[in-house]
Amino acid sequence: MPRPPIKLKDVVLESGIEVKPVYGPEDVMDRNYERDVGNPGEFPFTRGIHQYMYRARPFTMRQYSGFATASDTNKRFKYLISQGQTGLNVAFDLPTQLGLDSDDPRAFGEVGRVGMAIDSLKDMEEAFRDIPIDRISVSLTINSMASVMMAMYFVIAEKRGVPLGDLRGTAQNDILKEFVGRGTWIYPVGPSIRLVTDTIEFCARNVPMYYPVSVCGYHIRESGANPVQEIGYAYAIAKAYIDDVLKRGLDPDKFIARLSFNFDIHGNFFEQIAKFRAARGLWARIVRDDYGCENPRAQKMKMIAGGGGGGLTIEQPENNIVRGAYYALISALSGTQTMALCSYDEAYTIPTKKAALLSLRTMQILVEEMGLADTVDPLAGSYYVESLTGEFERRIITCMKDVDDMGGIVKAISEGYIQREVSRQAYETERKIQSGEIIKVGVNKYRVEEEDRAVEYHDYDREKTDEQIGRLREVRAERDNAMVKEKLDILRKKASGDENLMPYIIEAVKAYATVGEIADVFREVFGEFREPVRF
Amino acid sequence: MIAKPGLDGHDRGAKVIVHALIEAGFEVIYTGLHQTVDNIVEAALQEDVTVIGLSILSGAHLPLTKGLMEKLEANKMEDVIVLVGGNIPKRDFDDLHNLGVAGIFPTGSNFEDIVDFINSKVGGKVA
Repeated sequence: MPRPPIKLKDVVLESGIEVKPVYGPEDVMDRNYERDVGNPGEFPFTRGIHQYMYRARPFTMRQYSGFATASDTNKRFKYLISQGQTGLNVAFDLPTQLGLDSDDPRAFGEVGRVGMAIDSLKDMEEAFRDIPIDRISVSLTINSMASVMMAMYFVIAEKRGVPLGDLRGTAQNDILKEFVGRGTWIYPVGPSIRLVTDTIEFCARNVPMYYPVSVCGYHIRESGANPVQEIGYAYAIAKAYIDDVLKRGLDPDKFIARLSFNFDIHGNFFEQIAKFRAARGLWARIVRDDYGCENPRAQKMKMIAGGGGGGLTIEQPENNIVRGAYYALISALSGTQTMALCSYDEAYTIPTKKAALLSLRTMQILVEEMGLADTVDPLAGSYYVESLTGEFERRIITCMKDVDDMGGIVKAISEGYIQREVSRQAYETERKIQSGEIIKVGVNKYRVEEEDRAVEYHDYDREKTDEQIGRLREVRAERDNAMVKEKLDILRKKASGDENLMPYIIEAVKAYATVGEIADVFREVFGEFREPVRF
Repeated sequence: MIAKPGLDGHDRGAKVIVHALIEAGFEVIYTGLHQTVDNIVEAALQEDVTVIGLSILSGAHLPLTKGLMEKLEANKMEDVIVLVGGNIPKRDFDDLHNLGVAGIFPTGSNFEDIVDFINSKVGGKVA
């Protein structure tokens, strides 16, 4: 008796790619190794940006941390370094990110809550006390206030005798994505881009080893975009910054080499790996073909990737430990430069010390026990992965064309079209989770009722707010207020013109002008962003 | 009205709820990010809303909700139904209810539950 034909379930990835049950040589016929893949460290860098990748040097392990005051954060930094962490990823509280001093009424209840509070250079000096900033690379996760935090960091380096020419580090400083997701915008789109361009230009001329911008697909994806849009929108944003910087007459071969990317990992395992391999190949081509860059350093797409909070669940939080380990595995198989793993308690709270350590150990186990650093891009040549990689590259190109059709990324963001597209997709995804079409273990399948959630919350400490405000008032009393006023007046005048603002921000920071005072100068001159509401 | 009080910029949930409520036939106003309690109450008064849904993920839900309830009372708007959504731990549910919050819908709540709850409270009225 003939067996009835097996009815297989359709599988369609978030990116819209249909997955076949079996892949073979016929699926990679159109892929040419030298043209489309290339050896590691060679154009188009699909396999990785270095010849020996982790065999020569494992990815940087850089957990996101920072809370309460600068001195609390300083202790956490030292602890993480003592545990083998090789870079720092600094979290700032929302008032700092939005240019408000800790005693501003709008900051009430938020001081030191989701990161450390920085009001002036004094706090920043405290945060990096005894941290060897000439050896540990520091990433500042801040955007609309990035120019000010970078200015503080550069002043600290100068004071410690670390030449700016040797200073390494990264700032997130990607304001355009803030309008799509994450939401720490202050000023309108135009002046916001100008500040980013000022920092890129300043770094290109004075801090050449520093990465002034980390363009983030991460938060766009977290806000609802699919993996193709994550890369497509991020690249469109990166190109918007590049186009603006080119107007300053800088050499693209040099400044593009100092741009990096921050991407997300959650969802389908192989889809993510293909995404990163495709993204590397595409970026190399964009930089070569659109900007004429022959410098391999500019063509190489450098990224931080280590798992997105969006994949984690409130339900059965221990499952997030397992998810985090898979995200780390994906990241290692994708050739990331830096890994910052989401912590299992991230769906609830900012990471506790225990959760942050567990994330660090997850990465160390991959590299030091499981052989993930032994050989480069081990999935290369897989019929499935190569086929997906090729399809991904085609889809990212189409996505970027769609953005062009909207009038370019700056217009599409200013008018809220990207935000609408992303929020619609977020709604669709949520609808599919609620209907069971997308399975989340522990959420809509294998659910346990009345579970005991083994999560420790990060408690908000009101006394720390008082401590912070006390220090802010001390700074205001001790500094030379006439000097502060003079520096802020100069900054106001320069902000109305089109000179690079970084030298003037640095001057204001040195005089201990506060974050709120500097942001107020910009608010006065630039105005504030009015969010377009489109559904 | 779906409102984002305070400085928290996580608006995915708020926007998803706006989509779901529109789909369910409600007339919905979305405030956008970084709203003060005063802004929210003023907008609610102007638009004559029946329900305010606060979306908060930063952990500052208690002080923000308390501020809103006080302001509503000061404006004699106690009949406005207040819902809170976002990253809200169970341990804070009682405190929020004591402040006068009618419903709490933490991350992962079903659209259907939210829609049913609002319908049961407003009895067919929409806002």
